[in-house]
Order: sequence, then C-alpha cells, then structure tokens
Amino acid sequence: MPREIAQLLLNGLMAGTILAVPAIGFTAIYAVLRFPNFAIAAHLTIGAFAGWLANVSLGLPAALAVGVAFVVAGLAGVLNDELILKPLRPAGALTTAIAAVALTLVLENVVRFVFGNDLRGYDLPIRRDWQAAGLRIAPQQVHNFVIAVVAMAAVFLFLAFTRTGKAMRAVADNPMLASVKGIDADRVARLTNFVAMGLAGVGGVLVGLDTSIDPLTGFRVILSVFAAAVVGGLGSIPGAVVGALTIGVGEELSLLVLAPAYRTVVGFAAILVVLTLRPRGILGERAY
Amino acid sequence: MENYLVAMAVFAGLYALLALGLNVVWGMTGMINLGLVGFFGLGAYASALLTRAHRAPIVLGLAAAALVTAAAGAAMALTTARLRGDYLAIITLGFSEVVRLVASNELWLTNGTDGISGIPGPWRGRVTPQTFNVVYLAIVALAVLAVFALCQRIRSSPYGRVLRAIRDDDQVAAVAGKRVIVFKVQAFAVSAAILGLAGALWGHYTSFIAPDVFTPLVTIYVVLALTAGGTGNNVGAVLGAALVIFLMEATRFATGWVGMLKPVQVAALREALIGGALLVVLRVRPRGLLPERLARS
Repeated sequence: MPREIAQLLLNGLMAGTILAVPAIGFTAIYAVLRFPNFAIAAHLTIGAFAGWLANVSLGLPAALAVGVAFVVAGLAGVLNDELILKPLRPAGALTTAIAAVALTLVLENVVRFVFGNDLRGYDLPIRRDWQAAGLRIAPQQVHNFVIAVVAMAAVFLFLAFTRTGKAMRAVADNPMLASVKGIDADRVARLTNFVAMGLAGVGGVLVGLDTSIDPLTGFRVILSVFAAAVVGGLGSIPGAVVGALTIGVGEELSLLVLAPAYRTVVGFAAILVVLTLRPRGILGERAY
Repeated sequence: MENYLVAMAVFAGLYALLALGLNVVWGMTGMINLGLVGFFGLGAYASALLTRAHRAPIVLGLAAAALVTAAAGAAMALTTARLRGDYLAIITLGFSEVVRLVASNELWLTNGTDGISGIPGPWRGRVTPQTFNVVYLAIVALAVLAVFALCQRIRSSPYGRVLRAIRDDDQVAAVAGKRVIVFKVQAFAVSAAILGLAGALWGHYTSFIAPDVFTPLVTIYVVLALTAGGTGNNVGAVLGAALVIFLMEATRFATGWVGMLKPVQVAALREALIGGALLVVLRVRPRGLLPERLARS
C-alpha cells in the first residue's frame, strides 16, 4: 500500500507539472486582461496538432515540436484575440468569456474539419520503464517533465528579469498605475496572449506525448486547468504551479477510491472546496 | 413534411424554454451560466429515471426535474455569490462536464453512453405518432406560455427591478438595502428549474437521452438564441430560439448540397457556423434584434 501511494504521488507530480504549463497561460491572461479565456482549450488543441505535424510529418524530434507548437499556438492566440476577443472586451468580462467559448467551438471544428475525429499519436521510440526502489517511471514521463520545467523556468526568468516581463507584471498589478508610467497596455496584452496561448500549445504537445490527441483534447483537460488556476489563486502564476501540482496529485490519489473516469471530477470538487473555504486560492490575492 | 414541421416547432419551443431560463440569470440578473446544458441534462435524466424505472407519472417527473436542478443551481450560486462573476462562469462550465461524466459512467443508473431509451411520453403508443406529435406540441406551447408569463411577471415586478439593479451594479443594490445574495441565489434557482423542466420535456418527447445529447454545443445554441433575440427581453428569447432552430435546419439542408465533403467535415462546418454566428452577433448587434426596453423613471 505505501508503495502504491508513493507511485501515485510520483505520477501525480509528473502529471501536475504538465498541467501547470497551460494553467500558467490561463491565469496569466486572467491577471492581465481580467477575464477567464476559455479559448485556452482550443489553443491547446492547436498546439497539439501543430506539434504533431512537426513531429510526424516533418520528422522533427519532440523537443523541437514543442517549439513549433509554442509559436503556432502563440501566434494563433494573438490573431484570435486581436480579431475577435479584443473588440468585445468593452462589453464586459462575462460577454468576452461567452465569446471565448464560441471561439473555442469554431477553432475546434476548424481542426476537426482538417484532421477528422481520429486519435493520433506522436512518433516516439518505445522504451522500457525505469525502476528504482519499487517505483516505476517511463523515460517519456521524465522527458515531458523536463520540457515542462524548462518552459516554466523560462517564463519565470522572463517575468522576473526582462523589462517586458516587468511591464506585464505591472499591468497585472495595477493597470491604471502602469498606464500612468507609460506602459503600452495593448502591447502587453498582445505579448501576454502570445506567451499564454503558446504555453497552452506546449501543454497540448505534452498531453499528446503522454497519450494521444484529437480535436477535443483541449476541452478534455480544461476542467483540470481551471481547477489548477482557481485552487492556486486565479491570476497568480506561482499559484497556478502550486494548484496544478495539487490537482495532479489529487487526481492520481483519487484512483485509490474512485474509478479512473472520475479523475477530472476531482478538479471540480477541488474548485468547490476552495471557493467555499478560501476563495482567493492558495496564493491568490482577492476573489471578489 | 407536416410531421417534420411539427417536430421542429417542438424543438423551437424547448429552445425557447432554455432561452427564457437563461434570460432570468444572464439577461435580468447579469449572472453567467456557461454550463446550462448541465442543468438541461440533469433535468432530463431526473425525469426519465423517475418515470421509467419507478413508473411515476410524467407530471411528477417534470416537477422532480425542476426541483433537482433548482437545488443544484442554488448551491452553485451560493458558492460563488460573494465572488466575481468569472468564478460562476468556471463553476457552471465545470458542472456541465461533471454531469456528462456521471451520465457516461454510472452504468447502473444511466446506462452509460448507450443512454436511456423507452422514456414514456404522454399517450405515446395509445395514439398515432402524428397525433402524439401534435399533442406534444400543444403541451410544449403551454409550457412556453406559462414560463413566458412567469418571466414577464418577474421582469415587470419590483422583484425584477431589484434583479436589474444587481445586474447593473450590485453594490448600489446592496446599499439600497437589498440582500443581493438572496436575490442572486433565488434567480439562479428559478432559472435552473426552467432549464431542468426543458430537459425533462425533451426526454419525454424524444423518448431517448444519452450523454451525447448534452454537449457544450447546446449551451452555445441557447446563448446564441438569447443574444440574437435580445438579452433581457423575453419576447426576444422566444424569437431567438425560433431563429436558431431555423438556422440549424437551414444549414442542415445547405451542407447536404455540398457533395465533396465527408460527414465529419459537414458536422464540423455546421458547428463552426453556429459558433461563428454567435461571434458575429456579439460584434455587430450585441443587444439583439429586439433590444431590451426599459421604462423611463
């Protein structure tokens, strides 16, 4: 039993790290643009398919496919925001959220139109699992973990040390003050969209490397992404990481008592518990 | 052909109920419900299970559907009542996925993805299918009329005025001494009950429900119906529902003519068109065809 739990904890940490990547994207858009952008689901799918094309059709290694997915999903994110969501923002956060759901539907079906509903897998070498102290881990899991950690480290370094990263944090913190200091809010919004949707795309590749992809890939993980962001504190980037690890471990541990199909319900339950007891989440600031 | 038209009228009526239900929260109170298909599905399952397995009368099934969904709606509104509206958006969207997951996996209760068939309908089997269709249209028309009257009553009453005040600025409503949370929870429960009722009526009409029926697409249809008709306006909600059914059927025929496409591409095209239509309406006519009119004070 303790060994089984240790195995689930290990799997949960791996899954949580992957989940953290799109969760950072969701929470970053929330922090800067102040609306829940559900289109993160569609961009995750777009990234997954862009990475798949790079990996399977062009024969690029997985690490390069991640880069392709980041750029394609990021550019798609900027384009969709400029053309569709940005003009609607004056109508309010909730109207924009509705539009984001409609946008997701459109984008998902564009992917479905081109690729069909079939499940697709990435081109990966089959390797034996590593074993240590009775715990098993697949080399691919470790590989994905490293990609996720590198992506997150890059985001943290970017936000902490570059001028643009500081501008983004300033806008998230206090848009009025940032504009008084001459920070161009439009530019920051575009950049946030690029990075956030790019991260969603990376998340899509990681899901694809882990399992397989289809046009609903993004929608299937989105509940866990919301849960990670809300549990960690909506709008807080370190919170998204803590939240994602919590949800990842929680989903795995739930296998002890629940059928595997109910993993995502854990996320929903976690949202309810956090909103009841501590709405601002583990590291968030305010929620009302 | 007549049968087809009657069936479309029934579906338009059911969508009108959904749009009216959404209007109570989104149009009148300014609360979002992005998972309304979850309440729709919950109502359908509640009534189907009660009337099929326990042989309860259909009226009882409808009442139970409304009660169960009202309770679920109240719980969600209560959880997020003090928080920003974004949280309600997330929680309702999550709720609809949970309903679909449970419906797909609790085989003993819902028969999983195979769905429940043989849901009883009023006088089904005792009259010809044509007559059943017409009778059901009359029932749905009555339901729409009753719910429409209720919604108009809410809208024109002092109660509806408080809801609008909350929509426009809930702090002002609170300062005026209104208990905002109570109003929000009540409005959400009423709205959820209407959505659940529509779901129950859906099941008794088609005699078959499955998790596949309750996809997020339905939510988009209904939001499109209300937005196109005129958010906040009950007449607009009904008109918008008829328009959406017309649009869906028109695209069914239109895509039938495009011979080169595979079935999955046709389906993708139709769904993309519906989503695109909502984006266009939000952009060019955000207040809908029949914008809400408010009495001057």
